[in-house]
Amino acid sequence: MSTTSLTDRLGSLLMAPVHLLMRIIDIPLRAVQKTAGIGGMAAVFLAPNMLIFGIFVLLPLVINFVYSMTGGTAFFLSERNFIGAEQYQRLFTCTNYLDPMSCQEDAFWTAVGNTFWFVILQVALMIGLSLITALILNRDLAARSFWRAVFFFPVLLSPVVVGLIWKWILQRQGLLNFGLYQFGIEPYTWLTDRNWTFIATIGVSIWAHMGLYTLILLAGLQAIPKDLYEAAEMDGTKPARVFRRITLPLLAPNLLVVVVLALIKAVQIFDEVYVLTGGGPGTSTLYLTQYIYETGFASTLRNPGLAAAASILMGLVLVVLTLIQLGIGQRGEKKGKR
Amino acid sequence: MGVASRFILRRRGGKSWHWTDIVTWVWLVGGLIIMFGPAVWLAFSSFKTPAALAEFPPSILPYVTSQATVQGYDKPLQLFEAKMPDGSTKVLAEVRRIGLVAQMVDPTTPGEIVRVNIGDRTPVRSVSFATENYTTPFTQFDFLRYLWNSVFVTVTATLITLIVNSMAAFALSKYEFRGRSLAMLIILATLMVPLSVIMVPLYSIISSLGLFNNLWGVILPTVATPTGVFILRQYMLTIPDELIDAARMDKASEWQIYWRIVLPLTAPALAVLAIFSVVWRWNDFLWPLIVLSRRELYTLQVGLSIYSGELNVQWHFILAMTVVTMIPVVLVFIFLQRFITTGIAGTGLK
Amino acid sequence: MGEITLTKIKKSFGAVDVLKDIDLDIKDGEFIVFVGPSGCGKSTLLRTIAGLEKVTGGEIEIDGKRVNEVSAADRGLAMVFQSYALYPHMSVRQNLAFGLENSSMPKAEVAERITEAARMLEIEAYLERRPGQLSGGQRQRVAIGRAIVRRPTAFLLDEPLSNLDAELRVSTRAELAALHARLGSTMIYVTHDQVEAMTLAHRIVVMRAGKIEQVGTPLDLYNTPANRFVAGFIGAPHMNFLAGEVADLETGTATLATAGGHRLLVPFSGHSLSVGEKLTIGIRPQHITLANDPGSLKVKVRLVEALGSETVIHADLNGEKLLAVVPGQKLISPGDETYLSVAGAPLHLFDRNGLRVKGS
Repeated sequence: MSTTSLTDRLGSLLMAPVHLLMRIIDIPLRAVQKTAGIGGMAAVFLAPNMLIFGIFVLLPLVINFVYSMTGGTAFFLSERNFIGAEQYQRLFTCTNYLDPMSCQEDAFWTAVGNTFWFVILQVALMIGLSLITALILNRDLAARSFWRAVFFFPVLLSPVVVGLIWKWILQRQGLLNFGLYQFGIEPYTWLTDRNWTFIATIGVSIWAHMGLYTLILLAGLQAIPKDLYEAAEMDGTKPARVFRRITLPLLAPNLLVVVVLALIKAVQIFDEVYVLTGGGPGTSTLYLTQYIYETGFASTLRNPGLAAAASILMGLVLVVLTLIQLGIGQRGEKKGKR
Repeated sequence: MGVASRFILRRRGGKSWHWTDIVTWVWLVGGLIIMFGPAVWLAFSSFKTPAALAEFPPSILPYVTSQATVQGYDKPLQLFEAKMPDGSTKVLAEVRRIGLVAQMVDPTTPGEIVRVNIGDRTPVRSVSFATENYTTPFTQFDFLRYLWNSVFVTVTATLITLIVNSMAAFALSKYEFRGRSLAMLIILATLMVPLSVIMVPLYSIISSLGLFNNLWGVILPTVATPTGVFILRQYMLTIPDELIDAARMDKASEWQIYWRIVLPLTAPALAVLAIFSVVWRWNDFLWPLIVLSRRELYTLQVGLSIYSGELNVQWHFILAMTVVTMIPVVLVFIFLQRFITTGIAGTGLK
Repeated sequence: MGEITLTKIKKSFGAVDVLKDIDLDIKDGEFIVFVGPSGCGKSTLLRTIAGLEKVTGGEIEIDGKRVNEVSAADRGLAMVFQSYALYPHMSVRQNLAFGLENSSMPKAEVAERITEAARMLEIEAYLERRPGQLSGGQRQRVAIGRAIVRRPTAFLLDEPLSNLDAELRVSTRAELAALHARLGSTMIYVTHDQVEAMTLAHRIVVMRAGKIEQVGTPLDLYNTPANRFVAGFIGAPHMNFLAGEVADLETGTATLATAGGHRLLVPFSGHSLSVGEKLTIGIRPQHITLANDPGSLKVKVRLVEALGSETVIHADLNGEKLLAVVPGQKLISPGDETYLSVAGAPLHLFDRNGLRVKGS
């Protein structure tokens, strides 16, 4: 009892300056409330957020279009010259539209192609694995939250750490080669092989993110009423049929949300790949975000306008995906209300 | 072990083993190894000396080869266990190696050179943790600086995130006003605008505000997160409006209602957002990489990636610093995992 | 002082008119109850008086001063909410103190007022507890206490008893009446329960669809309801309504014919009725008696509720429902045919528009 009162007292002592600050803020805000009214205070509460949104999200969004229509290497808009749709033209100039190498910006199209295949493979595999894991975790397991935590662990790790962990494992003296060595397979430099690095980026990003999707799918599975399964059991329905006729249809909205969410994330893949492979070897793991980053900032021949144009194209894809996600979400909400 | 395994392996209704039980078990144990194994491996490796790191096949625990100073030799010599022609083994120090033969001495009788076939000797090793992997980067490189920068960015950004977003969420959940749906729409729309889409113009804005190479340039663009507004708004909607009315009857100003009534009652959601924010900001990479170009401003993530990208990678330091970078997140994971998982399951957002 | 005057109060949410021209004078020290079915606008009216809702039109005056533009905090009123609206993160003491601290009252006086209110409401024992650790009845007392410490010009109570169980509701009702007698301040009380209204009010305001149907003392409303709605709303069980027709008019008496050819004689003075006019006849169930007389109403018994002290008979009178509450226990069962008498019962006559016929 005395210890709680002590912590209470310590807490109130620590909070005292905060309370004082809040009280001081209250004085001008009371005056504002007098003139603006209670409804007007909503604007006051919203203002800081809207200000930051405005400066750091909306404004860049608008400027981005202007940027994509200017040329030069300068960053300040006033120092850039208007060139119209030239950047877009440059992105879309190819002699053979089936071969990225024939395009003027071959790096862009390589990145697009890489990202496309990455997204398809990574999302398909990851959602498949997540679904299996969620189904397994949804069984009558002891210590379910422990197992759930196991699969969730890498989600919290920073992409840089993820990249380094796997770089360390995949390098010549790494754990993978050590494991294979036990079976008599000679050590191999995985990260210098074009095909293997592509596969590695897919595998590593699945490792890092599948826990999140497992979690959402598991929540969806647990929301399915148990009595449906009991009814099916009473009818003597076979497990495979139960899965197809009960689990899958009822999980479908969740599954859809998860797929779109994973697509949105996958399109933007950058951090862990940048650390793991740096986009290489060659351009084998050059993805869109890295292309934009390098075009805009890193290379000596930087071209912010071209980067802006490419980022707008990527943004369009993301907008479509997000709208799909919101559409699903809204439909789900309406269903829930009904 | 018996209790633990029975606990973990308990099956549905205690019936006999079904093939699905085996699949479940294999999947879970496999998952345990694959999910934790790499990080554990990295942590073990971080205590190895550069020499041990270069070994193949690698050992799991960090070993160092023992050395001894032998009379008549300036440098300490490496100790080996050598098989003698008579079949006995003896601990010898290696003087030099010529082809397939090593010249060795017995430390007790330094005068006499023994020739040993290199296949007949194995190094004497003992477990030893190379803690200098951890201390050196902090004392001789800038990692203490990076650590401080990361902590500063994380704490400041999280505090501002909580305040700014809870204010907005309060306005959007407890007031009826014209333009409310527009504000909601704007916030919703920003969900579609990830950093990778606007990094070029955002960079120009940051530099024209004089925030290039400034930690505030890393902090400010991240603090108004739509996810934060949504989590908090969702929670505030469950606070009864009568409570706000009661406070108004009690002569509370709107600001007082915000910080004395609504904020304390939103504590659980604030905690979830705080945890998320800490993890996000600690892990941020691309944006700090763009904004920070001076070494003394790097965050841990940027510092790590820059050092690991150098031609001559000093893996022993990199591994140790990776572990340091992992620590806060692992702590969050151990103590607050339940919070996060229910938070994500509830909102479907990360 | 606690006089509140409402003049032509209008309130609309978008296109929906919730309050339509409300006129009402509330005297100082009066216990006034707003009653009506849900959605009738009674809570909205209370909230406009409180200042939590802005009126669309009309004037609110407190003690002769127009307060339309005065904020809720500055009207000097206190409110008890249906959900109690206690701050869950504060102790009972902090809950009571919050409003006083906001008006920067000296600490000593705050403490004094809390002690006084706590003693009055017998909540001293749990001043340091949080609302979550209290029972429903205790929370209710704290909610009232929070209003009392403010010493308001008037108390506004929004269905304060609706979250209590039946037994507690009855005892708290009595305590509220006692509290009002002791404090002597104006109280405005909103409820949908007509029994609460009858037992507590000096005057009842019956509302329907944003309008006041009738204002009067409980017995006024019971004895002379101004229209069919009030007649049906006040009194339990509800008043019986039979369709009828004026068959004959004599000085002082009207003869009414009901379905099935029964004739009822009603004392009547005035000239507002004419022969052949269709009417609704209202009879309270308590005023109907059992009879053997073949001249009374012959009914078929549908259901009998034996409550011990009284017997409720649901009967069918030529297809019209008739409810009778007769004292004592009766040997009667569903399916029986029996006679019910309305001789000597006060009959309420309502015209085609549902308004009380003048002179009846």
